[in-house]
Amino acid sequence: MSERAAVGSVASEPVIEVDDLVVTFRGRRGGGTARALDGVNLAVGRGEIVALVGESGCGKTTLARSILGLERPASGEVRFQGEPLGYGGRALKAYRRRVQLVLQDPTGSLNPRQTVYEAVAEGPRVHRMADESGRVVKALSQAGIRPPERFFLRYPHELSGGQRQRVVIAGALALNPEVIVADEPVSSLDASVRGEILALLLQLREELELTLLVVTHDLGLAWNIADRLVVMYLGRVVEDGTTEQVLNNPQHPYTKALLSVVPEMEQVESIVLTGETPDCARIPTGCRFHPRCPAYASGEAEAAGIAADCRSRELPILGATGGHRAACWLVPAGDAPIPR
Amino acid sequence: MRRASTVTTPRKLSPYAIARTRRKKSLQRFAQAFFGQPAGVIGLVILSVFVLLAVSAPLLFDREMLDITKTLGNESLEPPNGDFWLGTDENGRSILAVLVWGARASLVVGLAASLISMVLGTLIGIGSGHYTGLAGSALQRLTDWFLVIPFIPLVVVLAAVLGQRGLGTIVLVLGVTSWPGTARLVRAQTLSVEGRPYLERAKVLGDSDWQQMTKHVLPNVMPLVIANTTLTVAIVILSETTLAFLGLGDPFLDSWGTMLDKATGAGAASTGAWWYLLPPGICVILVVLAFTLIGRTLEVVLNPRLGSE
Amino acid sequence: MSDVAALELRDVHVTYRTREGPVPAVRGVDLSVFAGEVVGVAGESGCGKSTIVSTILRLFPASATVTGEVLLDGENVLTMRWGRMRAVRWGVASVVFQGALHSLNPIQRIGTQLVEPIFLHDKLATDNSAATKVRTLLEQVGLPARHADAYPHQLSGGQKQRVMIALALACDPQVLICDEPTTALDVMVQAQILELLIGIARERSMAMLLISHDLSVLGTSCDRVAVMYAGRIIEHGPARAVFDWPEHPYTRALSSAFPTIGDAASRYAPSGLPGDPPFPGDLPSGCPFHPRCPSALPVCPTVDVKLLPAGPGRTAACVLVDQSVPTR
Repeated sequence: MSERAAVGSVASEPVIEVDDLVVTFRGRRGGGTARALDGVNLAVGRGEIVALVGESGCGKTTLARSILGLERPASGEVRFQGEPLGYGGRALKAYRRRVQLVLQDPTGSLNPRQTVYEAVAEGPRVHRMADESGRVVKALSQAGIRPPERFFLRYPHELSGGQRQRVVIAGALALNPEVIVADEPVSSLDASVRGEILALLLQLREELELTLLVVTHDLGLAWNIADRLVVMYLGRVVEDGTTEQVLNNPQHPYTKALLSVVPEMEQVESIVLTGETPDCARIPTGCRFHPRCPAYASGEAEAAGIAADCRSRELPILGATGGHRAACWLVPAGDAPIPR
Repeated sequence: MRRASTVTTPRKLSPYAIARTRRKKSLQRFAQAFFGQPAGVIGLVILSVFVLLAVSAPLLFDREMLDITKTLGNESLEPPNGDFWLGTDENGRSILAVLVWGARASLVVGLAASLISMVLGTLIGIGSGHYTGLAGSALQRLTDWFLVIPFIPLVVVLAAVLGQRGLGTIVLVLGVTSWPGTARLVRAQTLSVEGRPYLERAKVLGDSDWQQMTKHVLPNVMPLVIANTTLTVAIVILSETTLAFLGLGDPFLDSWGTMLDKATGAGAASTGAWWYLLPPGICVILVVLAFTLIGRTLEVVLNPRLGSE
Repeated sequence: MSDVAALELRDVHVTYRTREGPVPAVRGVDLSVFAGEVVGVAGESGCGKSTIVSTILRLFPASATVTGEVLLDGENVLTMRWGRMRAVRWGVASVVFQGALHSLNPIQRIGTQLVEPIFLHDKLATDNSAATKVRTLLEQVGLPARHADAYPHQLSGGQKQRVMIALALACDPQVLICDEPTTALDVMVQAQILELLIGIARERSMAMLLISHDLSVLGTSCDRVAVMYAGRIIEHGPARAVFDWPEHPYTRALSSAFPTIGDAASRYAPSGLPGDPPFPGDLPSGCPFHPRCPSALPVCPTVDVKLLPAGPGRTAACVLVDQSVPTR
């Protein structure tokens, strides 16, 4: 296990780097700008599986979309193998041959009027790659659709949910990408099918040396396949470390709460947070988590003498690298982020 | 993992063979669904009769029979009899002959103008739905602009501006004025397709705007467009009738609309010459009904929400 | 607990007529829920769990043929007159559906929507008493009473689901049926809603039927749980026991689908079943689970196993249960 983590450690060679990324959206009814991402640093090493975890509205999907070049940052940058991402048509097209996306809902991500063959062949066609049908056959069998030929003429509605997701994955694999960004790849699938798809992702990493960035709200998924876990809250990374570090020894009160409500974790008393993630157009002052923070509410922060910091002192932004880190005033200075 | 395959697939498949097989299969499915709907079949039968009449007009009645100079010998406004099954008009022409030849003009105008309206409406609709920036809003304003202008005055002005009133002018005028409805519909459908994850997937696969619109949006709006166009044909035929009735048509063209116009002019209503007024009126109603029936059926059969799973 | 179950299903079969022939969605289900009890039904898409919900309030489409008995407090729902049926809906049993985010009327205030069922079922209600009731209901589901004046779009997903629960409680039903009440909600909100539902059921000593695809949720919050596969209950028993020591191989697969975090055995080893849930119209022979079963025996394709006793208060439909000596 530890050697596995070493394979995927950031130290190897970052494929994707995100540097102080800020993405804003115009607020609804002119309600100012919403900062969906408010300074995010991230580095994903070659062959690494990184899980981005958080509730809806935490910015994890925006981060994934920014990495694919689907959102333009207001400031900061995304780098792929050291090169900043270009946003021109040609540069993006070339980039997306190497970085692909798998979406949550396989039913929605397949055009209902395209057959399996056409859905998988679309990428190679767009990029004018040679040997289209050979690529399709190979991608389908890599994704576990065997024998591929029997599925060529099927329409998405003739497939099961698991098969559809495999076809979507094959569509990405047909381009021989180096990185796959998967947004909730199994959350709309049946529980018994979920394990098979996750096993497929692990297997693809082994066989094709793929780098995977998985966006999810599911800590169990992270435990199943991820080398590293990045927890996000309201546009910022709040905790970052190897999966074992973060899940066995969570530092941030938000991570602790998320972990405690996983139904399997019955030995832990569940900490159900009140309320929901606030609107990112109205970010609380100080630590953005303090209005919902159980440690702040219980007086733990007061006892540690940092309650005033929680309320009003802006936390430094976590850096992209450097072991297990958490953005919380309660976390001892030794583990605290290096101010930038 | 695998369900029993219902399709036996040949070993080697070229992409073209796949596309062909797929097209054949979906065509069969479509035909099956369409012929399962009685309304559509009735519409198709009525339309076929009229198309057949229009196509075989030269075989049924000599063109000369429409020439007023050649029909001076006949009595004018003669009631139906053995020689003239539907009687004669004020110039002594056989109404049946004029009616059959009029089917040609009305159908040609209806189909040609609808085609123009379909192409314009689809292009502008998809464009205004796909492009989010300035171009999109400009196209949308254009649609709105054409939509709010009262139809008849616009047609009157256009007809006047375009000068000589030939068949082409009428087709152009009707085509250019009847697309905004289609465009609005297409835009709405485009917006809903744009929101689907498969468009996001296409973007990430590297599709250009043009590829996204032609490969993903167009096939998904096309059924609606086709259904809508058949309904447009009905409206355009009615509009042509209206124009001709108002005297804005081509006076030398014998369409059902001009027949109605001339019938009123000749005082058919006051003299009780029902055989002059009723036949073109009934024909217009029947053809419009046929297109509407077909259009509604196509809507049901092709609509992705009502049709295929 | 009284002798008569608040909700009892006796040998319920539901078959849909389709163009491709009859599709048996539910194939003989027996289940009872007593007052003050929370019973879970787990299963994947197409297993028939949502069809069961539709039989309880007779919400099934005309293309469905339903046989067996559905008893609400001893009264058979399937043979009820329509007038009585309308009174039973909401008054005796009500449902919290999963599509909460879209089942509220967007142009009516929350209060107006809550008042409607109150007036419908209580002819003696006055404007005042109804308004009081709305306030109490909202507070019970953890919403401030001022939300009665809000429109649905002003509420978050979790708050809307709370309103849906209040709506279901509006006529003080004895039976509450929750069909995937937390799907499509955030993890933290899911936990909040589940806590709320269980709390309300206990407090009012209602009978609650909780339907979910997630066995782990049911295993930790219900009293009893029934696991469905291909239209039948294949395992039934005390929730904790079924979840922790499953007898049926399918239940075992479901319970390990979501790993225990911290358990080294599941690290880099996601567990799942090969294949997909079967289509109800085209079920495999014998035990319908055998093509996917990791421990299938040669007899499995031929034997259609009924539920067999499998320990105290437990049953499971698997030939392996028959062979094992009932221990524990």
